[in-house]
Amino acid sequence: MLHFARWQIVGIIGVILLGVLAVVPNLVPKSWLDTWPSWLPHQRIVLGLDLQGGAYLLYQVDRDDYIEKRLRSMTGEVRNALRSEPRIGYTGLGVVDGGVQVRIRDASQLEEARDRLSGLTNPLGQSLFGSPAVEEFALTEGSDGLLRFTFTEEGLAQRIRSIVDQSIEVVRRRIDELGTTEPSIQREGENRILVEAPGGNPEQLKGLVGTTAQLTFHLVDTNVDPQQALQTRPPAGSMVLMGSEDDPYDPGRAYVVEESPLLTGEDLVDAQPGFQQQTNEPIVTFRLTTSGARRFGEITSQNVNRPFAIVLDDEVISAPVIREPITGGSGQISGSFSVQSANDLAILLRAGALPAALTLVEERTVGPGLGADSVAAGETASIVAAVLVAASMIAVYGLFGFFANVALVTNVVLILGLLSLLGATLTLPGIAGIVLTMGMAVDANVLIYERIREEGRAGRSPILAIDAGFSRAFATILDANVTTLIAAVILFQLGSGPVRGFAVTLAIGILTTVFTAFLFTRMMVALWVRRRRPSAIPI
Amino acid sequence: MKLLSLPTDTKIPFMRWRKPVMLGALVAVIASIVLFFTVGMNFGIDFRGGTVVEMRFEKPVDIAELRSEIGDLNFGDVQIVEFGQPTDVMVRVAEQPGGDEAQQRVVIMLRELYDEEAEFRRVEVVGPRVSGELAEAGIIAVVVALLAIMAYIWLRFEWHFAVGAVVTTANDVLLTLGLFSVTQLDFNLTSIAAVLTIVGYSLNDTVVVYDRLRENLRRYKRMPLPELIDLSINQMLSRTLMTSGTTVLALIALAAFGGEVIRSFTIAMIWGVVVGTFSSIFIAAPMLITLNMRPGRTSGTAGKGSDADGDEADEPQPANA
Repeated sequence: MLHFARWQIVGIIGVILLGVLAVVPNLVPKSWLDTWPSWLPHQRIVLGLDLQGGAYLLYQVDRDDYIEKRLRSMTGEVRNALRSEPRIGYTGLGVVDGGVQVRIRDASQLEEARDRLSGLTNPLGQSLFGSPAVEEFALTEGSDGLLRFTFTEEGLAQRIRSIVDQSIEVVRRRIDELGTTEPSIQREGENRILVEAPGGNPEQLKGLVGTTAQLTFHLVDTNVDPQQALQTRPPAGSMVLMGSEDDPYDPGRAYVVEESPLLTGEDLVDAQPGFQQQTNEPIVTFRLTTSGARRFGEITSQNVNRPFAIVLDDEVISAPVIREPITGGSGQISGSFSVQSANDLAILLRAGALPAALTLVEERTVGPGLGADSVAAGETASIVAAVLVAASMIAVYGLFGFFANVALVTNVVLILGLLSLLGATLTLPGIAGIVLTMGMAVDANVLIYERIREEGRAGRSPILAIDAGFSRAFATILDANVTTLIAAVILFQLGSGPVRGFAVTLAIGILTTVFTAFLFTRMMVALWVRRRRPSAIPI
Repeated sequence: MKLLSLPTDTKIPFMRWRKPVMLGALVAVIASIVLFFTVGMNFGIDFRGGTVVEMRFEKPVDIAELRSEIGDLNFGDVQIVEFGQPTDVMVRVAEQPGGDEAQQRVVIMLRELYDEEAEFRRVEVVGPRVSGELAEAGIIAVVVALLAIMAYIWLRFEWHFAVGAVVTTANDVLLTLGLFSVTQLDFNLTSIAAVLTIVGYSLNDTVVVYDRLRENLRRYKRMPLPELIDLSINQMLSRTLMTSGTTVLALIALAAFGGEVIRSFTIAMIWGVVVGTFSSIFIAAPMLITLNMRPGRTSGTAGKGSDADGDEADEPQPANA
């Protein structure tokens, strides 16, 4: 136990030096770090959102919202298919019980209708050779010419998966535009997206991520009184939309607009915030794709002096009147924007719409002030804890207590080094984990020292007692630490965010504790024994 | 060189008091369970859903005034407390009816009221869907941890020890839940972490005691179990005091300087270390007597019965001559 070969000593010191080397990047300024040769470690400990401030936002793709939208668009597809020449007479087309159904009037056209509609079941994904593609819808037939589309389970699941992927892309584009440092956007489970962004303004971030940003242009139907349409029913092919509540002139005004949009956000190539020249009001200017510009030109020349509504997520932003044909392929949106909201809308339009609404299901934001306070509190607590623990070790064990304290410092350095190398996140509970490890790390040394004392009292010579102390305490130390390690691993598996940070430092702390107590302290004691040849046990 | 000496060669007859102490622990555990079901714990938003907002005002705030202003917003169950210093308040609002979207209204309205005069230091909103899952994950974590640790002890020791360790740990967990019920400290995800760490610590302590017991069982084959337990605990006493002492010192530093955010965590941990130390002496060890680990020898009459471990004693010489 007390014999160390030279290579062992070199190995132990080497590990510790590596630990020190891994900690160094945290201590030098970033600009220095960039000039370092590439073989030196560069990773720093990542401070958790609770320490540097930032937002943790968990979104869920709204499955019901997608189903509703998709069924609505499917209804349109069915209508178009049946209306194309030669027309097939139908009745009762609509969304019923989570499916789209229609009744074919004439039984003789049923065959033809079934043929046309079976083309709408929408095979998904890349079908590999031989394997049939999953279809999004199943077409079933009831009595009296009833045809009904329902989602297939597999198809819906696949759609939701790809919607989550698309949404992540859109969210990433939006956040990148904000220029926030290193946001992390990742899928969580089946249908969730976790956005973690340090710093910044959480309210702005929420606005940017949570907005669907489905932009559409609709012609306004001025022949129908909106109030009347609200009470009864808008005419077929039209719908009632509400204006923004924020509109200072006419809040919450209702508009009757044509259901099918003239243009959508997909026809846009660019959007930029700007100012209207006469009024100096913030606006958003946009440019259209070539085909979009052509369509917009045609429509505006046919509908001069009619208003059209600019609609964002089913809310009318503004409804300007077409004064003259707009053929240049660019236009502007004015509403009651502030500079920031115009800027945000431009970002949203550039990044594109989300394929389905995102619901915020969990939010945790920490302001930079609290983060800095927590770092300071964590530092103070760590230093005070270290001093208290070190002082009591010296008080009780003297020289050996000093050895234990050297091991304790080494232990903390190794924990920080490993955290840096792993790129792990340090959270406030993580700091608590380190402080707790300090308290418990001395346990290993205490176990060894108490054992040495006992062996000494049993009449062994100092060297034999020290030797036996280390070898007998080892099994105990191992058993005791494995149980805590099990708890830490399970915490890591099942925890999230800050709790996970605690589990990581606790687990790393256990490994480094076993290393420092059992190898490093033992080596220090062995070297001391070799030099001093003690005649009495100094503890 | 040494300033302090830990007690050595103590001969405290711990097992003489085992019956009243175990009875006392049982009463405390039952009281904890009763409290848990009657008073209940102050579950945080992690498990119940809702909103927590921590604000720092420019001037010290009048909590009563704040209470009436926020009360006018009709959020239902609202708690407003001072948080660390007179300028800081924590507002906790119960889950709003109307699903995940409805929760956002709380933050929006609070910001409208106070954005001018207060810094929003922390905002946490947990919707109904997530809170259910978090509660489930928390319970699973504690149960899985207990089972895994029990399995490990079963592997390394005998079944008596595994059962004893589980009873001890259950005792500590229940007493910790009792602490949360009595003090009404916020019980949230971090508290689950605290409970799991207490489980880890308590077992650590129990394992150390058991380890020495196992060693002595092999060494003194004829010693009656209560005497043997007393001997083992006394041998380990200085270590137990030293380790709990340093751990509690470190935790007190955390509680005093670590800030409000982790205070409930550290308070629970301090309690857990004290309870864990106590239970490894007064629950874990006597459980072996209760489980009749060394049958027929508890009275001191020596017999040649089966060896407790099946292993040969490595060095049958007394350590405390």
